[in-house]
Amino acid sequence: MIPAAFDYVRATSLDDALARLAADDGAKVIAGGQSILPLMKLRLARPETLVDIGRLTELQGVRRLPDGRVAVGALTTYAAMIADPILGHYGLLRDALPNIGDTQVRNRGTIGGAIAHADPASDMPAILLALDAEVVARSATAERTIPITSFFEGAFDSALRPGEIITEIRLPGGRDDVGSAYSAIEQPASGYSIAGVAAVIGARSGDRWGLCAVGVTGVGEHPYRATAVEQAIRGGASVADAATHATDGITVASDIHADREYRTHVAAVQVRRALEAAAARLG
Amino acid sequence: MAAHLSVTVNGTVREADVEPRRLLVQLIREDFDLTGTHVGCDTSQCGACTVHVDGKAVKSCTMLAVQADGSDVTTIEGMASAEGLHPLQTAFWEHHGLQCGFCTPGMIMTAAALLASNPDPTDDEIRHAIAGNFCRCTGYQNIVIAIRAAAAAMRAGSTAGAAS
Ligand SMILES: Cc1cc2nc3c(=O)[nH]c(=O)nc-3n(C[C@H](O)[C@H](O)[C@H](O)COP(=O)(O)OP(=O)(O)OC[C@H]3O[C@@H](n4cnc5c(N)ncnc54)[C@H](O)[C@@H]3O)c2cc1C
Ligand code: FES
Ligand code: FES
Repeated sequence: MIPAAFDYVRATSLDDALARLAADDGAKVIAGGQSILPLMKLRLARPETLVDIGRLTELQGVRRLPDGRVAVGALTTYAAMIADPILGHYGLLRDALPNIGDTQVRNRGTIGGAIAHADPASDMPAILLALDAEVVARSATAERTIPITSFFEGAFDSALRPGEIITEIRLPGGRDDVGSAYSAIEQPASGYSIAGVAAVIGARSGDRWGLCAVGVTGVGEHPYRATAVEQAIRGGASVADAATHATDGITVASDIHADREYRTHVAAVQVRRALEAAAARLG
Repeated sequence: MAAHLSVTVNGTVREADVEPRRLLVQLIREDFDLTGTHVGCDTSQCGACTVHVDGKAVKSCTMLAVQADGSDVTTIEGMASAEGLHPLQTAFWEHHGLQCGFCTPGMIMTAAALLASNPDPTDDEIRHAIAGNFCRCTGYQNIVIAIRAAAAAMRAGSTAGAAS
């Protein structure tokens, strides 16, 4: 399978990439290529120009910000995230990253590409939702910060505007009084989540469950925060009872791998498991 | 619009003029005539096309040739040396790690990348590392045995080298 013909430019800097995107409506960026190339080979995507940002070192790597938060460059690969000592403190990343794709995909696939692609079954979005991450996006003229909770707008649809490049994703700094975990049931052939759940819990103002954030992928039209579960937990419900609210208000997906009834059931199971595992890590 | 590129393939600098849409696997197989790298699925699933780009295992059907410009590429043809087969090749042979052999080049390239970073992997680590390489013949058992045996041979070889 061969993609439709396109022009190719390798960006020399972020500014160069942004200028090229601004000048050409038909241009798209390519990072690791693990999502866009399969689509182009199937001719489901036919960009006129590919702007290759894959080698921009300014967008790679993990650093701690002066305020204690952690910034992950958009071009950081899954493999680099697995090897990073700062990210090693996040339980939910330790759970999830080694099981995303396979060795070869993790060597090329990037965190920026994973969220820009906005696949409704992608794992990183659930994790970033539970962490209340921020997405930093830049265009040729402006930079803005998008809360992850308003980033995903539909299947393969995000708040990113044409001409914008994600530069980094900001996470809250790891804290000892927070526990987190990721639990997923995967479709065995593709490895994509039928239901993947990230949970972050922690004490807030004397309340052991004062912080509770649950991100869900693979279940709805796009990854979402299970706010009904969070409210139930904060209201004192048991984990098992709260988990029954996993899909409240969500149009649950139904396909050949999992019909609506089954997916609704396993979503609740994964919410329960993720919350229990996060609580166990909290000690 | 053709793009000019230069890649070091198995230690030799090779140049080509290619369309941007040319895949790395086509460059390797068709332009450079190195047909040991196989195309199984052509949809990023099977790993038969695995090569190393700058030391990392990648699926060459899911990378553009132009993305590899300036890189170091190693294919299965680059594994054997003047002294003979690579220990992974020997181990696959001795332990019946292949039947039809279609998956073998990709399997060996992924295994070689694993052993470069983890010289003594457990069976679980081996299975996890080769999860993106499909074999329709062997049932994987002998592949895991072969990789474990190659790891042992390579560790013994490097201690012997250090002692001499
Ligand atoms: C075999 C296989 C198995 C996989 N399994 C899983 C899995 O189990 N779980 C999972 O979550 N994912 C899985 N994936 C998907 C994988 O995680 C994504 O393909 C990858 O992370 C995308 O990153 P990339 O750098 O390759 O993006 P690319 O393919 O380069 O780009 C994807 C899209 O994002 C845009 N883009 C990329 N970077 C930026 C940026 N910085 N700013 C703005 N837009 C940008 C591109 O224009 C394009 O539209 C799998 C993929 C494959 C091929
Ligand atoms: S041919 Fe590349 S993954 Fe199957
Ligand atoms: S030996 Fe035939 S596919 Fe692996």
